[in-house]
Amino acid sequence: MRVEKGTWVKIHDILLKPEKRAPQIPEDTKKVPLEMWTKGFLLEDANIGDTVEVKTITNRTAVGTLVEANPYYEHDFGKFIPELLQIGIQLKEILWGGGDHE
Amino acid sequence: MNKDYSYEAVMARRSEIMKKAVGIDYAVFESGRISFDYERMMRETGYTLQEMQQIQGETGVGNTPLLELKNLTALARKLAPEGKGARIFIKDEASNPSGSFKARRAANAVYHAKRLGYKGVIAATSGNYGAAVASQAAMRGLKCIIIQECYDSTGKGQPEIIEKARKCEAFGAEVIQLTVGPELFYSFLKLLEETGYFNASLYTPFGIAGVETLGYELSMQFREREGKDPDVVVCTNAGGGNLTGTARGLKKAGAEDVQIVGASVNLKGLHMASDTHFNKKSFTTGHTGFGIPFSTWPDRSDVPRSAARPLRYMDRYVLVNQGEVFYITEALAQLEGLERGPAGNTSLAAAFAMAQEMDQDQIIVVQETEYTGAGKHIQPQLTFARDNGIKILFGNPDEEIQGENIILPSHPSMIKARAVDMDKLKTSYIKNCIEFNKIESITKEDIKFLAIDCKATTDFVERILKQLGIVIQ
Repeated sequence: MRVEKGTWVKIHDILLKPEKRAPQIPEDTKKVPLEMWTKGFLLEDANIGDTVEVKTITNRTAVGTLVEANPYYEHDFGKFIPELLQIGIQLKEILWGGGDHE
Repeated sequence: MNKDYSYEAVMARRSEIMKKAVGIDYAVFESGRISFDYERMMRETGYTLQEMQQIQGETGVGNTPLLELKNLTALARKLAPEGKGARIFIKDEASNPSGSFKARRAANAVYHAKRLGYKGVIAATSGNYGAAVASQAAMRGLKCIIIQECYDSTGKGQPEIIEKARKCEAFGAEVIQLTVGPELFYSFLKLLEETGYFNASLYTPFGIAGVETLGYELSMQFREREGKDPDVVVCTNAGGGNLTGTARGLKKAGAEDVQIVGASVNLKGLHMASDTHFNKKSFTTGHTGFGIPFSTWPDRSDVPRSAARPLRYMDRYVLVNQGEVFYITEALAQLEGLERGPAGNTSLAAAFAMAQEMDQDQIIVVQETEYTGAGKHIQPQLTFARDNGIKILFGNPDEEIQGENIILPSHPSMIKARAVDMDKLKTSYIKNCIEFNKIESITKEDIKFLAIDCKATTDFVERILKQLGIVIQ
């Protein structure tokens, strides 16, 4: 997928390969690399997966693999958690004796 | 001259990089042994209370509302023995710009950076401090880079950390997100070296002193409103700066006999640097993963001498479980009409339990709240837990197994503030001082320092030293 120069993109890089990591870390963390993501304006046309240079919002040049064009946030307020609904009902029951005070 | 950027090489340049990035020569406060002149460090490199009130005031930080939680107090009284049930108050720090008390620390740090002529600030934090620094940098016209530990190796990120990244970017900061690991500090050092920016560390004297205004405000507000200081102040304890600054501010107000209680979420059994454990927790700050190590060895922080020294001020340390904090967060919304981020309610869960042991005319205050929003909210955080195979159920919170389940108390009377053995904490602090400084024999002056730094008697310190076989000069 071609991405045009100047597009706001997200890039990824490996900062430390597994064997180069800090000595005192747990076994499971030692098996994986230390990875990094940051965002910036693409300096040349490129394809997803290419190694690219970007100019970050602080005008710093950063290098990494192009992973996403026009990145945006998708975190939300989550799915329905039935247990949560019970807490308010219970508390009002304890405090004000539930329905009979309408 | 091409510098060596290997992990070992960059870490070896740590003190040189840090000295340039913080602008403090810590050596002048050292005595060459365990003790150092903490008060002189706070005095000479910090700011006076009046200066901080001015610095914070000009950016709309501080003077946050003090709210009495009447319904939660009534509930506590229903559950408490006759005549018990202290009045529960909360200081709504979410009303600060950027949504948490961290704005107080960031205001000082960014002001200081600007005054010293730095072009930008960098902070290594996945917490609310990131948005606080980004917000203050925006106000002061400085560039800002925030480095977060956010994703595990499968690319899954904690919803509240992703929300904090969004908020930092909203203020114009560059946000660098890393996967799990302590080498966040390594990439932080590399960036400090590359950019020459100021290290807006959480643990500098002016960073910690920034919270003194909070403790001072508490005392002033209660004296004005109730004619007396609160009896107990509960502070969420992670790196220790929140508790340290609040306690120092109360002392500056002359509120000498307020009991200072630290509260943390119990995450024992989960290793903070484990890739597979990272997303098995539902709290990314204010938990024992930071609270215990930082109180028993404050100088593990990113500066040579941390200004956060919680054991110096802490009268009690209590633990609450994740389910209890989620439950009290829902109670705050349902009974008090206040929707606040779960991580800011750790102390409220503890205070709710502790209030039931106090008299009705006494006052217990929770000294912070944090903002809430997408990702940083009870529902997405419980959704994230459930999606990661964590069971969510009602029951006895004491049976919660961190990383396996979240137990919401089946009745509010089951919420407890579990005491941490303070003597054990102080003993391991003393042991760490001995081991890290490779001490065989110790001076009277160092004994006095240790006693002050962990709020113990010199007899207690000497007893521990004897057990460790240390010769007293």
